[in-house]
Amino acid sequence: MSKLMIWYGELITQKKLIKRGLFFLTPGMLWLILFLVLPGLILILVSFASRGSYGELVWEFSLDNYKRLIGFGIFGWTPDYIYILWRSIWVAIVTTALSVFLSYPLCFFIARKPERTRYLWLTIVIIPFWTNMVIRTYAWFLILAPDMPLAKLAAFFKLITPGMPLYPSAFAVYLGMISMFLPFVALPLFSSVERLDWTLVEAAQDLYASNFRIFMHAILPQTLPGLSVGIILTLVPAMGMFVVPDLLGGAKYMLVGNLIQQQFGASRDWAFGAAISMGLMVLTMFSLYLYKRRNKDIDLI
Amino acid sequence: MRKINLFVSISAIATMGFLYLPLMAVAFFSVNDTKYGLVWKGFTLDWYLKLFQNEFILHAAWNTLVLAIVSTLVSTILGTILAIGMDRFPWPGKMNTTLDLILHLPVIIPDIIFAAAMVVAFGFLRALSSAFEPGLVNMIIAHITFQTAFVALVVRSRLISIGKDVEEAARDLYADTTYLLLKITLPLLMPGIVAGAMLAFTLSLDDFVISFFTAGPDSVTLPLYIYAAVRRVVTPQIHALSTLILLVTIIMVILMERFTRKVNIK
Repeated sequence: MSKLMIWYGELITQKKLIKRGLFFLTPGMLWLILFLVLPGLILILVSFASRGSYGELVWEFSLDNYKRLIGFGIFGWTPDYIYILWRSIWVAIVTTALSVFLSYPLCFFIARKPERTRYLWLTIVIIPFWTNMVIRTYAWFLILAPDMPLAKLAAFFKLITPGMPLYPSAFAVYLGMISMFLPFVALPLFSSVERLDWTLVEAAQDLYASNFRIFMHAILPQTLPGLSVGIILTLVPAMGMFVVPDLLGGAKYMLVGNLIQQQFGASRDWAFGAAISMGLMVLTMFSLYLYKRRNKDIDLI
Repeated sequence: MRKINLFVSISAIATMGFLYLPLMAVAFFSVNDTKYGLVWKGFTLDWYLKLFQNEFILHAAWNTLVLAIVSTLVSTILGTILAIGMDRFPWPGKMNTTLDLILHLPVIIPDIIFAAAMVVAFGFLRALSSAFEPGLVNMIIAHITFQTAFVALVVRSRLISIGKDVEEAARDLYADTTYLLLKITLPLLMPGIVAGAMLAFTLSLDDFVISFFTAGPDSVTLPLYIYAAVRRVVTPQIHALSTLILLVTIIMVILMERFTRKVNIK
């Protein structure tokens, strides 16, 4: 086994090299296994356990938590949890779609700026990306407040009672979600738009293609790499989002993230919380699978 | 085709307005001279001054800094060593795939699942030692965990891009392993390490969900403080605090941009 080899210009036996390699690998990997892989496995295990009467874990393994998640409770079947799961998927999809829709003009706009100012414009999009999400979410309180034009307009059209804010509501959740995730789409998309070969677009224009066909045939295929990274970066965290629906949706518009938080907070039902987390994990894995099938090279950073 | 559609420009400007309008509203009302309501009553910096007299906020700011600095230091060291260990040794393909998967876990898992796993894990560790009561220690451990993965990913991509030529040349000139590591690899790697550390630091400052799940009553950070406050009532003092955090974010983003661009040009 211990054969001699040349590795990075060094003549060394394989055994020695592997020993040295393990020395480098161990601290970081040990940490990740101890505090990431192991907790993950425990979470899976806990999802099959059950809740004791004081909120403690009882090690009686069953599928009860999963049955409850798909609606079979002690009072018969209710679609409540499935509805929340479905709503989370729906909100994530709508958020992603609208973010993509708004990101294209934004990226074209920045990409057409002269090189001198282009990165300044890009920085303008990057700053919200790094701004704390609690601040970005509650900031909508101000825009949606009763004294502000938006709420007055809604009150004028009798959509809300005058003097009431526009939150908590589904509308507020969508606003919050899109403003949260738009930079997640725009930034990867920009890296593709920046490298766009505009001669193809010009050729399509010369041949009298409609704007729609120009987009579908000349722009979309070229920007697909950035677009798909943007979509996956939005879709996955949007499904598990908890701050936005909590502050802007309240009890009116619960998503799966709130449901998980509830189990670890007020309800103190870790086992059920773990089962919901597994449900969310399955959704995440499914969207990553769809993504991977299209894009062989996954590179999320 | 140098000119772009007017519609595209309008839509782009409107989108940027959409991103900034809420933030600008926060900044605007942070200097408004009234405690209640959203009517302009004149300019004041009172809310900013009051921040520095608020013990809770000062304590939260201290916690946020301690958490970010300690976790960034540890994760930068762990992540850098891990990246070298993963990239510079002839691991068999299967092992590489597994290591790669573990490293990508914090990137792909929704943070609320990671937070839930942390709650459960610390629940078990608490049975072993009371050091794992919800609080700063738990938060630091949780932050180090996801930061290490991010640092390792950034440093590894730098390792791949610097290639093996320089290191081979050093070996040909009889550099030993320690010399090679300290005088060749690490200096070449430094931009990647700094970029990774900056990313880790910002991720820690920015994190809400993981802190929310692992924090104790005495380890409130600024995002947690703001969250708790706005759930009760939104005050101009919170606007002032948020505006300050926003300013710090802007400065950090500009520094980060400058740094990475300089590295890329080199």
